Amino acid sequence: MDASLDLLLNALISGLLLGGFYAAVSIGVAISFGLLDVVNIAHPAFILLGSYVAFLGNTVLGIDPILAALIAMPAFYFLGMLAYQVYYVAFERRDDQSIRGLSFFFGLLFITEVALVLVFGVDYRTVQARYIGATINLGLFDLPLRLLVPFLVSMAMVTVLQLFLSRTFIGRAIQAVAQDQLALRLMAANPIKIKRIAFGLSIATASLAGAFLIIIQPVEPSIGREYIGRVFAICVLGGLGSFPGMVIAAMTLGIAESLTATFFGPSWAPAVAFSILLITLAVRPSGILGR
Amino acid sequence: MPFILILIAIAGAIFAAGRWFGSSYAFFMGYVVLQYIVLGTAWNILGGYTGYVNFGVTAFFAIGAYSTVVLNKLVPAMPLPLMILIGGAMAGLVGLGTGYLTLRLRGVFFSIATLALAVVVQTLITNWDFVGGARGAYVLRPRIAPLIGGEYVQYLFLIMLGLCVIVLATARAIERSALGYGFAAIRDDEGAAEASGVPTLRLKLIATGLSGGFMGMAGAPLPFYVTYLDPASGFNLNYAVNAIAMPLIGGTSSWLGPVVGAILVGGLQEYLRVTISSAVNVLVAGVLMVAFVILAPQGIVGLFQRKKR
Repeated sequence: MDASLDLLLNALISGLLLGGFYAAVSIGVAISFGLLDVVNIAHPAFILLGSYVAFLGNTVLGIDPILAALIAMPAFYFLGMLAYQVYYVAFERRDDQSIRGLSFFFGLLFITEVALVLVFGVDYRTVQARYIGATINLGLFDLPLRLLVPFLVSMAMVTVLQLFLSRTFIGRAIQAVAQDQLALRLMAANPIKIKRIAFGLSIATASLAGAFLIIIQPVEPSIGREYIGRVFAICVLGGLGSFPGMVIAAMTLGIAESLTATFFGPSWAPAVAFSILLITLAVRPSGILGR
Repeated sequence: MPFILILIAIAGAIFAAGRWFGSSYAFFMGYVVLQYIVLGTAWNILGGYTGYVNFGVTAFFAIGAYSTVVLNKLVPAMPLPLMILIGGAMAGLVGLGTGYLTLRLRGVFFSIATLALAVVVQTLITNWDFVGGARGAYVLRPRIAPLIGGEYVQYLFLIMLGLCVIVLATARAIERSALGYGFAAIRDDEGAAEASGVPTLRLKLIATGLSGGFMGMAGAPLPFYVTYLDPASGFNLNYAVNAIAMPLIGGTSSWLGPVVGAILVGGLQEYLRVTISSAVNVLVAGVLMVAFVILAPQGIVGLFQRKKR
């Protein structure tokens, strides 16, 4: 009885920490899908790209993976702006988002995955950092630093983005573009430019999330697909466009997966996200804190 | 009616030519192209006609394939066509269920749910020891084809040819029926269709069930073709990308599009696999798909139609 309580407590803690990481993975989609209505199903591919950038920075230059991700962030920002520009010209302007716009991102997802296989192979890759093996023992439970560091940096990133969206002019414009493009145009702000900036930001978060991913687990090119279900389950459960809802949903999923992995075995964990997604869509499509 | 007779005549001519040519490589290669014609057309019945994008092709395809593995273990003597029917029915039911839960919402939610469905079905199969779990399952391919004699792959080829005829005839019949006009109304403006009395949910469920069922039927003969099936190969993303890329490249508005796309892309992939490498050939479908959706949204068939006018 005592041992299983211990197991439960540890599963809860690591689920909570995992949820912090999931928040970093999902915040990009919370921006692109939740605020801009751009269904970027290729987001996990950008995250994987971030993982491999962190891997290169770590193995070739010998720097910390999170630092490498921060350095790469501007490049990801411009990559995101470029991707949005192509999407806007080819699909959004022609009002052809549904079939072809979705297929465009699906194609990007696939091309990135195959390209990563061609460059890095299908072997699992890992990074080195002092905090990866270490654990803080707090008596009742353990805090693995491998999960704690991504958790803390991720929460910092979510806070900064939330402040940016609510306090700055561009941030408010991004929130406005989700509601009324015409009104934004009347305020003399170009909605396309605002959306380009926002999409750039959403891809920039993938750089950091990718570094977290390769810190937490070994990475190979096809694991991005597992995150599609997770990311969209989190965004839908949290209510599209709401950051606090997204964080709550990320922690919920983290804890649910961690409990499933502890009591039923890790091979069942990927099914949790889908169940949550389907139940949410069937019961409450507007999510926990939906508008 | 004459259309199906023409299809049967063409299929008969192709098979006779194959027999006369007599190379088993031609049959193995031809099977892959035919399988993609079935998959692409099945995807197009939902994606092209109603505008709902199914990314979970591998889920339906693998349900068909794994139902054959199960049936073959339980009743080894069961004839393949019966297995195909059962596999198709299973996949069709899963399609109906997913559709029922998500099709009342905006289209993107259906697409996202199908993406996640592929991961979940793979998780279930990987944890199911009866079908070999993560280790995979071996299926013995009979040496001699029943009824027609010769190598078994000729039988597989013939079966897939028959499925092509059925699927293409169905797709063309849908295009020319009230069902097809209902689908097109949903694709163009679902709200307006609903308002003018089109039973949108029922039509969408018919499309999802048919589309999923045909995908399952395309997957059902797979275990006999590959003889070894594991989750990583049965759920290979290539199937999904090809099944979506081929209609988009060929053109989604008519039954001819997926056929043109499957023959062109399937042929090109086979050519690249033989001449360059198998890593490059999988990239082709993805790159071509992105290029076509950006530059030629109506596909190859659309390009020719525009020239005619």
